[in-house]
Amino acid sequence: ACLHRGYASDTITATLFPGDGIGPEIAEAAKKIFEAAEAPIAWEEQYVGEAVDPRTNSFVSRENLDSVLTHRIGLKGPMATPIGKGHRSLNLTLRKELQLFANVRPCFSIPGYKTRYDNVNIVTIRENTEGEYSGLEHEVVKGVVESLKVITRAASTRVAEYAFKYAQDNHRSTVTAIHKANIMKMADGLFIKCCREVSEKYPDIKYSEMIVDNACMQLVKEPTQFDVLVMPNLYGDIISDLCAGLIGGLGLTPSGNIGLGGLALMEAVHGTAPDIAGKDLANPTALLLSGVMMLRHLGIAGPAENIQNAVLGTIAEGKYRTGDLGGRSTCSDFTKAIIDKLD
Amino acid sequence: TYVPSPGDARPQTITLIPGDGIGPEVSNAVVEVIDALKAPIVWERFDDVSGSDPNGNPVMQVPLQVMESIIRNGVCLKGTLFTPLSKKNTSTQSLNVQLRKQLDLHVNIVHGFSVPGLPTRHDDVNIVVIRENTEGEYSGLEHEVVPDVVESLKVITAEKSRRTAEYAFGFAFLNHREKVTAVHKANIMKMSDGLFLKEFRDVAKRFPTIKAEEMIVDNTCMQLVGKPWQFDVMVTPNLYGNLVANVVAGITGGPGVIPGANVGDGIAIFEQGARHVGRDIAGKGIANPCAALLSAAMLLRHINLPDFSDRLEKAVLAALAEEPAEVKTPDLKGSGTTRSFTDAVKKRL
Ligand SMILES: Nc1ncnc2c1ncn2[C@@H]1O[C@H](COP(=O)(O)OP(=O)(O)OP(=O)(O)O)[C@@H](O)[C@H]1O
Ligand SMILES: Nc1ncnc2c1ncn2[C@@H]1O[C@H](COP(=O)(O)OP(=O)(O)OP(=O)(O)O)[C@@H](O)[C@H]1O
Ligand SMILES: [Mg+2]
Ligand SMILES: [Mg+2]
Repeated sequence: ACLHRGYASDTITATLFPGDGIGPEIAEAAKKIFEAAEAPIAWEEQYVGEAVDPRTNSFVSRENLDSVLTHRIGLKGPMATPIGKGHRSLNLTLRKELQLFANVRPCFSIPGYKTRYDNVNIVTIRENTEGEYSGLEHEVVKGVVESLKVITRAASTRVAEYAFKYAQDNHRSTVTAIHKANIMKMADGLFIKCCREVSEKYPDIKYSEMIVDNACMQLVKEPTQFDVLVMPNLYGDIISDLCAGLIGGLGLTPSGNIGLGGLALMEAVHGTAPDIAGKDLANPTALLLSGVMMLRHLGIAGPAENIQNAVLGTIAEGKYRTGDLGGRSTCSDFTKAIIDKLD
Repeated sequence: TYVPSPGDARPQTITLIPGDGIGPEVSNAVVEVIDALKAPIVWERFDDVSGSDPNGNPVMQVPLQVMESIIRNGVCLKGTLFTPLSKKNTSTQSLNVQLRKQLDLHVNIVHGFSVPGLPTRHDDVNIVVIRENTEGEYSGLEHEVVPDVVESLKVITAEKSRRTAEYAFGFAFLNHREKVTAVHKANIMKMSDGLFLKEFRDVAKRFPTIKAEEMIVDNTCMQLVGKPWQFDVMVTPNLYGNLVANVVAGITGGPGVIPGANVGDGIAIFEQGARHVGRDIAGKGIANPCAALLSAAMLLRHINLPDFSDRLEKAVLAALAEEPAEVKTPDLKGSGTTRSFTDAVKKRL
């Protein structure tokens, strides 16, 4: 399958995880729109298993992982995380096994969709493999639990390098490292040290640092002061959702997981939204824009532009909007409207 | 009219640590306003406590006589102490954390509310964040496992989690609040945040009239910027509380307005809700004294001087609502100073 990658006009096979809850509905929307836009993508659909796969200690099966490792590109809907029990969470498994070391989430104000905040244009880049998500926890004595946060030079440098490269490639001016090194002096201290070192290789890009609590406050006060943010895992999780809140919520933010050697798995940031699943009410925008990121990542610029314009145009026009954006359209009507807007 | 009970008006000694950054300026404003109120308070003041020495090196210990003063008085007003980041400062805790830990100030209370007359993006916010204040990610336990690999321990105990939850529900009950939301990340940190949640659920059972709700921390932050009015009292482990409280500060008046307190058994330290040093504006006379003044109002209520507390709080809120931009500080888009605003408050006592 990899051979196809050499020819731009050839169809590229991409793994598609429709996911749970509203996942299948929004994945359907994405497939339809991609087909209508004549994006040269063939989907290989993958479903997470119903039982734990002993080879992965997760509901994500070996076959799921192999599919992404083969095609090296994928799109993923939201997946439900079964709470408790001794298995690894789905997202954690994917991130670790596929070595998706960075998570990229562009958050920009959607034209025509008014929120309390205007002109937001922030990209959060989150270290995706370690930190508080190490999965290492134990009960020391009864009633006392320890959880390990792991920060390594290798992972910190890798994500910092990606952040600066991203800033450079996308004509961004500033990278801000977010940390809590006043408290976690060694762990977060190592993280910012790596960021500083990498920043020296990019003299054209401004580098700054900010303590995470202050960043939370500044983001909700004056988000326009921020550009590209790079941070350890947990802060990235929280701040990227906070940024999504600034521009109107979960239904809108695309996201990309970047692995070694160009492997990428794009995903919708939001959850499975069980409250509206199966009712044709979900907003597919986040998954669609993630698909657009995927096309750009593959160098398929034309259809990417076409789809993005149609999606944003439909929202801006305001005639067809889903409930989360204050409209009354179903997911399918919104999808049709987008298809009508394609060039 | 407030009728003082016997002993109420006996002057009480309060420890005052002005701290670093904007601390001295806003503390001076408090001292001045309390004087004007004629509240029966005597300050035991420690001006030279700082997080860094004159050469910029970290100070490792809170001076003993300061600790003794706080323990003796049981009540303290403080500014934030600066934590220098230097190679020499890898094994110690920040002085702020030391104080909380050594005095076992196990909860931090931050009250964020929309102030009438202060235009912000969000209205109708009235949130109290109750945060575990001594453990979690602030354990101070870190080490380098092998070169370039660092481990940092997050410690969650049943005891502290339970005490925090008990404080939150007790607070909600006594203040006629309806709901307590536990903020967590138990889908990832299943054991540690799981333990926090377990204790929360156990305590919730003892308060059947108060609604108990749970929310994942990332979703919480998103909801806070979108629909903050859904929250009432929030209870969180240490780090999430730090972030959530700052978001709450950001969507209301900001760090210059939001008051807070650290509470333990028989000891309480009052300080700005969003605990920032503010070195960027220190010494310029433009720090907003509201947060410190409102914290002082909390302090007065705590030491059983509710009448003085009410007068102070009303004066601050009235000044915020009525004064023109020329009197308010720059963080509130004003062109005034600490001085002009302090005078405006004094005028209204
Ligand atoms: N694509 C979408 N369109 C419309 N609403 C959505 C969408 N995704 C999420 N929501 C809404 O956002 C809220 C939070 O959803 P989400 O599932 O992320 O919660 P969560 O607590 O993070 O759960 P999870 O464990 O699945 O991540 C829900 O009310 C849901 O209906
Ligand atoms: N009372 C106040 N009035 C006006 N602004 C304030 C007040 N308190 C804090 N701030 C502002 O809050 C912001 C955050 O504070 P600060 O710079 O101390 O952050 P920090 O995260 O503690 O970092 P550091 O201590 O390393 O400087 C600053 O811009 C500061 O000016
Ligand atoms: Mg998240
Ligand atoms: Mg979610």
